[in-house]
Amino acid sequence: MEVPRHWRLKQQRYALVGEVCPHCDSKIFPPRDVCPYCGEEAKTQYTMSGKGKVYSYTIMRDAPAGYEENIPYTVAVVALEEGPMVTAQLTDLGDKPVEIGMPVEMVTRRIRQDGDKHGMLVYGYKFRPAVRA
Amino acid sequence: MTTETTNDPSKLLLKTDRKIGIIGYGAYVPRYRIPGEDISMVWTGHKTGSPVKEKSVAGIDEDVITMSIEAARNAIARAGIDPCELRAVWVGSESHPYAVKPSGTVVAEAIGASASIQSGDWEFACKAGTEAMVAAIALTGSGMGRYAMAIGMDTAQGKPADALEYTAASGGAAFIIGPAEEAVVEIEASYSFVSDTPDFWRRAEMKYPEHGQRFTGEPAYFKHIEGAARIMLDGMKRSPSDYTYGVFHQPNPKFPQRVAATLGFTPEQIKDGLLSPDIGNTYAGSAMIGLTAILDIAKPGDRILMVSYGSGAGSDAFSLVVTDKIAARRELATSTAEYIARRTQIDYGTYLRYRGNISME
Amino acid sequence: MTDVVIAGIGQIPVGEHWDLSLREMGVRAIRQAVADSGGLRPQALYVGNMLSSILSHQANLGALLVDYAGLNGIESYTAEAAGASGAAALRLGYLAVLSGYIDCAVVAGVEKWTDAVGSELESALSMGMDYDFEAIPGLGANGQAGLIMQRYLYENNLEADALAGFPILAHANAVNNPNAMYHKAITREMYQKADLITDPLNLYDSAPYADGAAAVVICRRDLLPEKPVHPLVRISGSAVAIDTLAVHDRRDPMGFEAAHRSIQQACRKAGMRPEDADMFEFCDSFSVYAALSLEAAGFADRGEGWELATDGTLALDGRLPSLTMGGQKGRGNPLGASGVYQIVEAVQQLRGEAGANQVKNAHCALVQSLGGPASTAVTHVLERISD
Repeated sequence: MEVPRHWRLKQQRYALVGEVCPHCDSKIFPPRDVCPYCGEEAKTQYTMSGKGKVYSYTIMRDAPAGYEENIPYTVAVVALEEGPMVTAQLTDLGDKPVEIGMPVEMVTRRIRQDGDKHGMLVYGYKFRPAVRA
Repeated sequence: MTTETTNDPSKLLLKTDRKIGIIGYGAYVPRYRIPGEDISMVWTGHKTGSPVKEKSVAGIDEDVITMSIEAARNAIARAGIDPCELRAVWVGSESHPYAVKPSGTVVAEAIGASASIQSGDWEFACKAGTEAMVAAIALTGSGMGRYAMAIGMDTAQGKPADALEYTAASGGAAFIIGPAEEAVVEIEASYSFVSDTPDFWRRAEMKYPEHGQRFTGEPAYFKHIEGAARIMLDGMKRSPSDYTYGVFHQPNPKFPQRVAATLGFTPEQIKDGLLSPDIGNTYAGSAMIGLTAILDIAKPGDRILMVSYGSGAGSDAFSLVVTDKIAARRELATSTAEYIARRTQIDYGTYLRYRGNISME
Repeated sequence: MTDVVIAGIGQIPVGEHWDLSLREMGVRAIRQAVADSGGLRPQALYVGNMLSSILSHQANLGALLVDYAGLNGIESYTAEAAGASGAAALRLGYLAVLSGYIDCAVVAGVEKWTDAVGSELESALSMGMDYDFEAIPGLGANGQAGLIMQRYLYENNLEADALAGFPILAHANAVNNPNAMYHKAITREMYQKADLITDPLNLYDSAPYADGAAAVVICRRDLLPEKPVHPLVRISGSAVAIDTLAVHDRRDPMGFEAAHRSIQQACRKAGMRPEDADMFEFCDSFSVYAALSLEAAGFADRGEGWELATDGTLALDGRLPSLTMGGQKGRGNPLGASGVYQIVEAVQQLRGEAGANQVKNAHCALVQSLGGPASTAVTHVLERISD
C-alpha cells in the first residue's frame, strides 16, 4: 500500500490544482514551485479550468499492474488551455473516434485501487469529449 | 409510552426561521445504457420482462464519489459561489464506495470546499439524499451556516436475475441550499414520515440487497409517500392542483404514476420529472434528479411537490416555489436532458464488467 | 593525456534465458570481456542495470557481480538511467580511467527480464517514466512511445507504415548476428499486418525486451603492450544530456533535445562532426525513437528521419550504416544492458570482426543510448586506433 504518495497529491489529482508564476504569469502543472519557463520561484496556487485539446493519444492494450481491468483504454497527452500539458486517460469516448485537436474536459474518476481490493481507492483526473461544445 | 399526535398537520411541517432555498443544482447521469429487454433475454429468453425501456449504468471508472463530484461541480457552477463558502458537503447513497471512510470528504476536496465543513455520509436506502437535504435546510435555515450541499447519488446494484436488476441504475443530483434571496427555488417546508418497515435491505457484508416482493408496494412505498404527501398538502392547505409539478421516488414507472393518481396529480404534472422509463431507478438520486429535470424547464412561480421514498422506510416531502432567478442559472451547467441524451448502449457482458461483476481473481 | 581504450568485449546471446540467473549472465559477459582483453586485471566494475531491484528483488549488483566474477576487493556499483543504464555505466568507467584514479575497469550491462510476467513487467517498465504523472494515469513505456508515434505521423502527414524501414533493417542485420534474439528477416507486408500494441505502434515498432548481459574492459592506452591482442578502439568522445522526464513537460516533444545535445557535445570533444562518422548505432527501442534520433543528430530534417531507413542510407553499404548487428529490434532489448551491447557491436565493426555484417572501412562510430524518449541521452564516439 502506498497511501501517503497518493494522499499528498490529492489536490493535483482531484482538481488539477497547479501554480501560477508571479514573475512571468505562466501556468504550471504539475506544481513544482520553480517556474519551468523563467526559473523563478512560483508557489502561488492556481486551479486549471480542465479544458483542453488532445495533443496525442494511444491505446493501452497490455496494462501495467493495477490497470488490467480497464483494458483497452486510451491515454492522451492533453494540452490545457492554460498552457501546460498533462498525461491522462480519456474516458466516456462513446462511438466518436479520438482525434488530435479534439476538445476535451477534465472529470474526476476512479484511477485504480492501491494494491488489491483491501487498498484505498485512488481518484484523479481523466478527460472526456466536451459534453457541451 | 405515549404517541404525540396533533390534529393540525401544519404543525408537523418543518419550516425554517430564515427563508431558504436551492441556490444551485446539478444532475449527473453516466452515459452507458442497458436496454431492459437485453436483461430480460438473458434471464427469461424473451424481451418483455422489463418495467423500463433502459437503465443508466456507471462506467468502469465511476462510483458514487466520482458521480457526486460531477453533480456537485454543476451545482457550484449554477450557484456561482466560492466552494469555500459551503459549510456542509453531504452525500446520501446506498452504494458508497467505502464501508468506512466518508464519500463527502473526497467530494469536498475535489470541488475545492474548505476544511470547515460537515461531511458525514447519509444512508437511508433511496431517501438518503433527501434526508441530507433536510439537514442542509436545517443548517442554513437556522443560520448556522450560509450554504450547505446535499447530494443523492447511487450506483445501485440488483442481484442478477432479480426483478431489481432491470431498474437498479446509476445517477443522481446535488443541491446547494442557501438564503432564499439567492435561490432559484424557495423551499417552503419539508416533512418526513418514517416507520420500521423491512421492505428492502442489504446486510453489512452483502453485495446485493434483498426485498420483500409485493411487500415493497402497499405497506412500504405507497403508505409512506402518501403519508408524507398528504401531511404536506394538508399542512400547506393546498391541493395537488396548486402545484405545477409533482415528482415522486421512481423505482419503476408504475409506482410514481399510481401514487400520483391516488393523491390527485395528473399525468401532465408528473411527466417531466418521471425519468425512470429512460434511466431506471437511481435510488438516492431518483426523486432528486426528477427535480433537476423539472428545474431545467420550470418557470418562475411554478410550485413543485417532491416526495422521496427510502426503504426501511420513510419519505421526505418538500414544497418548493421556483423563483425568477431560474432562467439565467440553469444555463450555467449541463442539463439533465443533455446527460440523458448522451447515451452509449452496452451489452449485458459489458454491463457486468462495468459493474465489477466479472471476477478477475 | 592518455587515450581510454576498449581492450576487451564480451556478450551472451540476447533472449529468454530461463536457465540463467542475473548473476550468471553478468559473470559470463564479464569473464568473456576480461579474457578477450588478454587477461587484464580490472580495478573497478561499473554495472548498468535498470530493473533488478524490482524484477529480481536484487540491489547492490556491484557486490554481487564482483563476488561471483571472482574479482573480490575491487570497486563496484550500479549506474541507472533506464534504457541508457549501460551507456551511463560506460560513462562512469570512462571518467574513472580518464581521471587516472582507475587504470582498468570492466563495464557490464545486465538485465534479467524473464523472471516476472505480464502486468508486473509493464509496471516495472513504467518506473522509467514520471511515475506520479505518467504511470499513475495508466501509461506504460510502450504507450509513451505510442503517443509520440501518433503525433509524429500526424505532424508529418505520414502513412501508417512510414516507420517500417527501421524494423525491416534491424531484422535483416540480426540474421547474421549469433547473439541476436531473432534471425528472421521481416517484410513490409508483415509490418502492415502486425498486431497493434499501443496504437498506432505495432508489434514490429517495439523492440522485444529480453535477458542479456554484455561487458567491455577499458583501460589506459599506455598500460597496454605495443602489440595488443586486438585492434584497439579508443573512446574519443563521451557526453550525457537530459531532457524532461515526462513527455508532457516538453515544449517540443517531437524534438529529442537531449539526443541532439549529447551528440553535439560528444562530437565536439572528439574533434569531429557527426557526419564524419562511418556508422551510427542509435536507439531503436521504438521505431519512432529511431527516426527522432536521426533528426536530433542532424542526419535528417525534422519529420524526415524515417526516410533514411528506406532510401538505403542506413544499410550496411549505405552512407550511414546503422543497427548493424540488428539494433534493439533484431538483437533484442535487454534494457540496462542495451547500451553495452551497442558498444560491443560497434567495437566488433571497428575491429573488423563483424563477419557478414562488416561495414567496410569503419574507423569511427557514433553510439547513442536513450533512457526513455530521450529523457536521458548518452553518446560515445569510438575510433579505431590505426597503429
